[in-house]
Amino acid sequence: MSNNYETIYADDRWSPLFGKLSWDVIPFHEPILIATFLAVIIGGIALVAFITHKKAWGYLWTEWLTSIDHKKIGIMYMVLGLVMMIRGFADALLMRAHQSMTSSGGEGFLTPHHYDQIFTAHGVIMIFFVAMPFVTGLMNYVTPLQIGARDVAFPFLNNFSFWMTVGGAILVNVSLFIGEFGQTGWLAYPPLSGIQFSPSVGVDYYIWALQVAGIGTTLSGINLLVTIVKMRAPGMTYMKLPVFTWTSLATNALIVASFPVLTAVLALLTLDRYLGTHFFTNDLGGNAMLYINLIWIWGHPEVYILILPLFGVFSEVVATHCRKQIFGYDSMVYAIVVIMILSYVVWLHHFFTMGSGAGVNAFFGITTMIISIPTGAKIFNWLFTMYKGRITYELPMMWTIAFIITFVIGGMTGVLLAVPPADFVLHNSLFLIAHFHNVIIGGVVFGVFAGINFWFPKAFGYRLDSFWGKVSFWGWVIGFYVAFMPLYVLGLMGVTRRLSQFPDTTLSGYFNTAAIGSVFITIGIIAFFIQLYVSYQTRDELRDDNGDTWNGDGRTLEWSTSSPPPQYNFAFTPRVHTFDTWWDMKKHGYQRPTDGFNAIHMPKNTGAGIIIAMLCTIMGFALVWQIWWLSALSFVTVIIASIIHTFNYDRDYYIPVEEVDAIETKRTEQLAKGGIA
Amino acid sequence: MSTNNSVAEQVDNAPLFHMQKDPHNEPGTLLGFWIYLMSDCLIFAMLFATRAVLAPNYAGSPLPKEVFDIPLILVSTFCLLFSSITYGFSVLQMQQNKLNGTLIWLGVTWLLGAAFIGIELYEFNHLIHIGASPQSSASWSSFFALVGTHGLHVFFGLVWMVVLIIQTKKHGLTIANQRRLFCLSMFWHFLDLIWIAVFSLVYLAGVL
Repeated sequence: MSNNYETIYADDRWSPLFGKLSWDVIPFHEPILIATFLAVIIGGIALVAFITHKKAWGYLWTEWLTSIDHKKIGIMYMVLGLVMMIRGFADALLMRAHQSMTSSGGEGFLTPHHYDQIFTAHGVIMIFFVAMPFVTGLMNYVTPLQIGARDVAFPFLNNFSFWMTVGGAILVNVSLFIGEFGQTGWLAYPPLSGIQFSPSVGVDYYIWALQVAGIGTTLSGINLLVTIVKMRAPGMTYMKLPVFTWTSLATNALIVASFPVLTAVLALLTLDRYLGTHFFTNDLGGNAMLYINLIWIWGHPEVYILILPLFGVFSEVVATHCRKQIFGYDSMVYAIVVIMILSYVVWLHHFFTMGSGAGVNAFFGITTMIISIPTGAKIFNWLFTMYKGRITYELPMMWTIAFIITFVIGGMTGVLLAVPPADFVLHNSLFLIAHFHNVIIGGVVFGVFAGINFWFPKAFGYRLDSFWGKVSFWGWVIGFYVAFMPLYVLGLMGVTRRLSQFPDTTLSGYFNTAAIGSVFITIGIIAFFIQLYVSYQTRDELRDDNGDTWNGDGRTLEWSTSSPPPQYNFAFTPRVHTFDTWWDMKKHGYQRPTDGFNAIHMPKNTGAGIIIAMLCTIMGFALVWQIWWLSALSFVTVIIASIIHTFNYDRDYYIPVEEVDAIETKRTEQLAKGGIA
Repeated sequence: MSTNNSVAEQVDNAPLFHMQKDPHNEPGTLLGFWIYLMSDCLIFAMLFATRAVLAPNYAGSPLPKEVFDIPLILVSTFCLLFSSITYGFSVLQMQQNKLNGTLIWLGVTWLLGAAFIGIELYEFNHLIHIGASPQSSASWSSFFALVGTHGLHVFFGLVWMVVLIIQTKKHGLTIANQRRLFCLSMFWHFLDLIWIAVFSLVYLAGVL
């Protein structure tokens, strides 16, 4: 099979017009892919037909695709994350099913070549196109509301960043049907990812998808960082930021200070592959370990980029659902900052086996263990917030409790792996796989579901159905333990990662158990979509007229707005006295003003973001297939389009007083209907 | 509950919880651009680190001291350093609201930058011609990546400068244009700073 691919992608198949593209690169011989392709085509046609039937194209374009409203962009990020989660999870199911079949001596249904692409795509998609959009989406939606701002600092860039992320996701998905994806693992270590051992386009898809999406992420990091620094409401000093905003600040600082490293190191790999340079090759002085060091200097901060905002979500959820101020606010903030800094001095623990010597390994082992101290402090803060609190077991709180238990287990196995001698045994084993799924599912995924259940009513004006939410919750929680606890055991017994089959059939019980776990998670995911559907159907019963959704227990400024908030968020900019601003306002019997409104200054929508980002995506595709004329053409077009965009000086407008007045009067009536003023 | 809580009543009986007029927020563009420059600085940091690790790995390719033409590089260095000064003159003119002076100094800056790029292209061509190509060894790969990335930045700075000259001519020294000119100014000085590090750590260290 692999020989077949090598001949297909041999360089002599290159033509000036189509580059390396030809009919041979469509994987007709893979029935799974063809069936998926047909399903996607049929689904796509159905979607297009539906939108056309509803005459919604204009609405979609003006209200969503070109919107620079941070709330809409946040929602679009969440949609992207959900769509890509289906793709990434399908990969997971394929792997679990295949390993379950091969563990008892069967042949399974995937070739090793295909299996290698699946685990690579699974990792890349789950990190870059599921977890990142979820995290960025939550930050985008919530942060400006929590700091009392009307939008982000650079609304156009925000739209552009989102579409760049979509562009990367498009490239990854295109690789499924045109050509192939990398077979290198999610970080594409050389020399395997070099041109000598990966001569086909798989690694090129990987590179350009991440470069396109990475630019979007860096820009969105700069954007939110400046937003928090410059646009806080009067009175909101740094020690009065809500905890979620603090985590958002730290996360975006991490993004800005780490994603350029990824950009640089992938660019060097690109030069090795396209121009024949020798950064990471085995010959002429190249050094593959340089790549591995550099990419983990990005990679380790990246895992904190993913988890920190969810720490923020849990802090907000715990305080709200226990009706208590968060315990130890100051220590919470210091813990966030310490984690942010320490995340830069632990990267080498990902490859203790490099052989850098006992001294270096001891240093990185100790710094790694030190991170568990601020993280532990946060766990205790959440527990002490719950202690003697009046806990309401709503869905966000259930996810939070599941997180605390699961994350502690994952944290402990992490400290175990931080011991270099233990790591020499467990390195690249399924124990490691179980560990990072334990913290990513137990931390990031649980946090995202807590956040979705918590803020969905704010975004859409009605709550999510709690029955299907609980089915989803138990599916995920039970599924996680059943799927990943066996992997700890397998890893301890020496099973390595990224193997499509393992010759010892006595271990099949563990693989089968893990497969059953993935079925439970499937139930969790399906139940979540049912939850969305049922909630939409029964939205009138779940309506949130007040805006302070959770029994009036909201503590931060987003709960002072209507659900969903008006386009301008706040008719009057709030004045802040404490980190629980809205709680403070309620305590002082704050009365919402009902007249005296002013015209509000807002940015205008623009189509430039989506257009430039899609041009970048085309350029990425052209570079993957080495269609040089198209690469050059799209590059020049990107530059010209960007320059044309800068000639547009007319970027903002005022919402007239009458419109603000009308919206706010409607809100007054809605509040009266809700019974609480 | 009174149905008509006017803004004035609010002030009297409770701590102030909202502003009657929107506070004037300084636009974050300069801060944002500064943060972008720092992220760009990290890209250069990675390239310097790569250069530091791979510089001794010649693998039989020519040694820097055999091929570097330091006097020529000194000329290009001075082109870039002086272009930073002339950009400074342009900003001074801008702050006095003198359109023509701003544009003239921008034009001088552009010419100096273009001279720098010209010399760099000549040097690259020469090096590749005598066998010190990016493909010849890891050492030369890291040289071309670092110096080339800097050169690309200067090139895009030149493109940007042309755009700004046109926009300033068209719309005058508006606040938006002044902000843009100032961003490019930061970009240009930043590239100057990077070049000083390149000249010392790559060229001078190479011929020692």
